[in-house]
Amino acid sequence: MRIFAVTFILALAFALPTHANAATGDTPPLPSIDWSFEGPFGSFDRDALRRGFKVYQEVCSACHSLQFLHYRNLSQTGGPEFTEAEVKAIAANYTVQDGPDEFGDMFDRPALPRDRFVSPFPNSQAARAANGGALPPDLSLIVNARPNGANYLYALLTSYEETPPPDLEMSDTQHYNLAMPGALIAMAPPLLEDIVEYSDNTPATVDNMSRDVTTFLAWAANPHMEQRKRIGFQVMIYLVILAGLLYFATKKLWRGRKWQQPE
Amino acid sequence: MSENNHSSSYTPRSALAKWIDKRLPLPRALHDNFSSFPTPANLNFWWTFGGILTVCLLIQIVTGIVLAMHYTPNSELAFSSVQHIMRDVNYGWLIRYVHANGSSMFFLAVYIHIFRGLYYGSYKAPRELLWMVGVVIYLLMMATAFMGYVLPWGQMSFWGATVITNLFSSIPLVGDAIVSWLWGGFAVGNPTLNRFFALHYLLPFVIVGVVLLHVWSLHVSGNGNPTGLDVKKVDKETVPFHPYYTVKDGFVIVMFLLLFAYFVFFHPNLLGHPDNYIEANPLVTPAHIVPEWYLLPFYAILRAVPSKLGGVIVMFGALGVLLLLPWLDTSKIRSAKFRPLYRQFFFIFLLVCLGLGWLGAQPAEGGYVIAARLLTVYYFAHFFVILPALGYIEKPKPMPASIEESLESKTKTEKL
Repeated sequence: MRIFAVTFILALAFALPTHANAATGDTPPLPSIDWSFEGPFGSFDRDALRRGFKVYQEVCSACHSLQFLHYRNLSQTGGPEFTEAEVKAIAANYTVQDGPDEFGDMFDRPALPRDRFVSPFPNSQAARAANGGALPPDLSLIVNARPNGANYLYALLTSYEETPPPDLEMSDTQHYNLAMPGALIAMAPPLLEDIVEYSDNTPATVDNMSRDVTTFLAWAANPHMEQRKRIGFQVMIYLVILAGLLYFATKKLWRGRKWQQPE
Repeated sequence: MSENNHSSSYTPRSALAKWIDKRLPLPRALHDNFSSFPTPANLNFWWTFGGILTVCLLIQIVTGIVLAMHYTPNSELAFSSVQHIMRDVNYGWLIRYVHANGSSMFFLAVYIHIFRGLYYGSYKAPRELLWMVGVVIYLLMMATAFMGYVLPWGQMSFWGATVITNLFSSIPLVGDAIVSWLWGGFAVGNPTLNRFFALHYLLPFVIVGVVLLHVWSLHVSGNGNPTGLDVKKVDKETVPFHPYYTVKDGFVIVMFLLLFAYFVFFHPNLLGHPDNYIEANPLVTPAHIVPEWYLLPFYAILRAVPSKLGGVIVMFGALGVLLLLPWLDTSKIRSAKFRPLYRQFFFIFLLVCLGLGWLGAQPAEGGYVIAARLLTVYYFAHFFVILPALGYIEKPKPMPASIEESLESKTKTEKL
């Protein structure tokens, strides 16, 4: 019977990480950053989320949409937790089309917390036209949509190199980035030192901005992560206690059994 | 459901219960089948997976119905409606993660259940139909899971659906017509998503029906047990299902739920594929199209055969052979405990299946394909050469005379 159990565990070990190595190309191994949100106890670093939002707002959002987020999400628990007044002010920077009004006309108004994040382009054709034919992907789920997403995103933002190897063929619209499969990417290096002015005393280095915006996008992809882990612990503790009770109930029940069908 | 060899011990207590018992003896059927049912006293851990699977099926149905209330089966809206569930529906993330990981847990449990059946010869007379009905449940589960995986309308959903439905195009003459009919168009699209949603909602209830047949058949022949011996003395060798196995199974079910919860709350996306967080795009093919882990062994078999039609036939053959298993195994001994040779081949077969699963996740090239071919040949040899031959050449180990004797010889610690 022990062999059966060992095989079962082996089977699990085989079955689980099947996808882990599916998408690695010839890119160098990803760095393993010590993210605040990793692990069963991990939660988002609130300040990093706010700084990361600033990086997204001032840099990324020029090309990348965040279509599944609403401005109101910025004040919800487990996120950057801006105050509602701050969220109102953030939303008011953007214009959305509303309507029709009582005359049947569409009209523009400042965005409200209930609105979705305003996309930089009206459609993907416009986005391509403005970006040399390349489509900047929506970032709402980007951390979940890449294997080892957070580390990948950090690597992508920090792996630009000025001088590509001389034998690499690349066009004017391409940039050399070691983290990108194929090492060529249409996006120009988005982060430059001090491109964003942080309101706390954190130096706006490329490394810090990359960490912060990755943290922000990890939250954007998993806005309920903190609640999920918290409930997870409650569920696990409940189940462990229940399992203990059932274990001893089983022991007691079977110890006293007689090999007879009771009436 | 009372054709089994135990007489009903149900006694209606109230006048109302007597009145009902004369007209629709449902309480009696429930009592006889799920409370007093005589169950061998020597069942081990591996016999709890029937209960676990029932729990899995119920979890999938309940979470699935709630998801269907918020999901939109339209190719323009499906992906964002899933994000709506994940972000805006109260506890939508919990319900969806339970449902998505639930399918993996369901398959994990069903594979353990199937391999338990293989180890202990649970498919042998008089349980051939019980086994075959089980195989039908397994096939229905695969169809349901496949269609469920299409619904989020991510890249793997779309391309998985394209690859699998395209298998039917290998059928001579009518293949292409069948594929267009399945799609409801000339490619996987909105009509495909709509019908997959309808069928994904329907099939679980079909599974419930077939599970009832499975339980019915089980309750005619009675449970097998680790010795593989038939029950001779009901009073000495069996215990009533309740409370003995409801409590014992309850313990194992909770242990299983701990594993389940670990995935749901701490690694909810580990068993999924990152590409499914990218909305379906018919113009961009993912680098590697891989099915969910539980279908990988069959995917490896499919790709091991050089011809498309051949691959499809061999893949369905790998499933179909399970239906023939009761007649391919020529040994009269049920349990591998007393079959020294079969026991070794069982574990080799288990490793071959795991190996095929691993190969299914690798790119179909070079050494991987050769390995998949070798393992595919072994897979069929296990059923068509090894199992028939073993019955003739194997010398069984000495067996206890009865379940009672094996129970008495057990030490106290092993009893739980």
